[in-house]
Amino acid sequence: GKSTFSALLAHGLAADETKQVALLDIDICGPSIPKMMGLEGEQYVEENLGVMSVGFLLSSPDDAVIWRGPKKNGLIKQFLRDVDWGEVDYLIVDTPPGTSDEHLSIVQYLSATHIDGAVIVTTPQEVSLQDVRKEINFCRKVKLPIIGVVENMSGFVCPKCKNESQIFPPTTGGAEKMCQNMNVSLLGKVPLDPEIGKRCDRGQSFLAEAPESPATLSYRNIIQRIQEYCEQHHLQEEKIM
Amino acid sequence: MSGKGGVGKSTLSTELALALRNAGKRVGILDVDLCGPSIPRMLRVQDSSVHQCDRGWVPVFVGHDTAIALMSIGFLLERPDDAVVWRGPKKNALIKQFVSDVAWGDLDFLIVDTPPGTSDEHISTVEALRPHQLLGAILVTTPQAVSVGDVRRELTFCRKAGLQILGIVENMSGFVCPHCSVINCGSVFFILGPTGSELSLSPPCPTGCVPLDPQLSQSLEEGRDFIQEFPKSSAFPALTHIAQQILDTSQKSS
Repeated sequence: GKSTFSALLAHGLAADETKQVALLDIDICGPSIPKMMGLEGEQYVEENLGVMSVGFLLSSPDDAVIWRGPKKNGLIKQFLRDVDWGEVDYLIVDTPPGTSDEHLSIVQYLSATHIDGAVIVTTPQEVSLQDVRKEINFCRKVKLPIIGVVENMSGFVCPKCKNESQIFPPTTGGAEKMCQNMNVSLLGKVPLDPEIGKRCDRGQSFLAEAPESPATLSYRNIIQRIQEYCEQHHLQEEKIM
Repeated sequence: MSGKGGVGKSTLSTELALALRNAGKRVGILDVDLCGPSIPRMLRVQDSSVHQCDRGWVPVFVGHDTAIALMSIGFLLERPDDAVVWRGPKKNALIKQFVSDVAWGDLDFLIVDTPPGTSDEHISTVEALRPHQLLGAILVTTPQAVSVGDVRRELTFCRKAGLQILGIVENMSGFVCPHCSVINCGSVFFILGPTGSELSLSPPCPTGCVPLDPQLSQSLEEGRDFIQEFPKSSAFPALTHIAQQILDTSQKSS
């Protein structure tokens, strides 16, 4: 759910019209952001929300970007340096999974900008959590602050009988216990709502289309916590300067 | 292969290995997801380690009959939570070693579990395995439209790399509510048509649909043999059908 969350976070932050939001997709081999944001050729979703992705540079939807690390790093550098982002309040970066070239490069290239931090997305099973622990250790290694963890696909509510079931059972206590053990904050849990995928496929904002859904409430709550974290972080930065 | 993370590549690799083992085959699993190895845990051998012999690394053997041999970076880490923060060239070197320096022994099948994408790991694996007879690639996807783009790109990769497509597996395809038994067919995520039809347009290749099945997720969490223990579950027929197709294809090609 990284791209889904990035897309919704961008929509949520851009709801404040005084803020300029940029969304950069560095999943070079599997860019999903253009489709999720409903963009065909366009790069501005709203006045105050701009998007950049390798998806905009491909001539056909079948084009595969079969690139090794160094070439991917080159493109990420270009995305940061040669794109006319304008004055940006928030830059959201959607990454591929892992702890490799893309992750090292983006942290390295943005190091002078004092990155606010990373949001880590997981699902409740141990098989996912073991990867997340690695991501947390990666952040610590490269001195990237961690804003918090989002537990996605946390339970499924049947549209017919309204009963909840655990599709991905949290056999080791889910993200909650992992966050306690690793000493990072849990930003929230988002239930699996079939509407989320549908809206993403149509390039619509789930937050705007399903304002009453429990998933929307959870997303809004998480986005607000991220906003507060960033404001706090900026105040501290100003003090230091 | 798949373009996305978390669509079920490792799950399918694990279940396929178990199903082929059940059919009496000797199976190797090579886990080239260096930043997020999942197979050791799914087969409950995460605490094992690999040893050296005069022919190289000895893979970890799974189960009482030791018919599955597994090699993963998970066995080489000092602590299980250690992050492998490597750029491409280092990853490529290890993959080459995994292919050439592991004493795999006599195998009927070698299943390679890859990370998402079409980058270093994929290019290096295909290059390293080129001298051996490659049966082909299985693409894994989920039923959303955003995944279709990923599959198209993977198909292009396979074409360029000269890899035959053995099939496309649509995972998390529908969900049977355990409370009311209503089949949320394809509505857990958004399905494109019956059995992900938009995808099967491009190459005429077999597809399989594996439903979301809490018993399957649970058995992977606990490292149990789903194929032997849950023959009545909803995902079972789909998984065994896929394994059968692989067996048929390999028979034809030999």
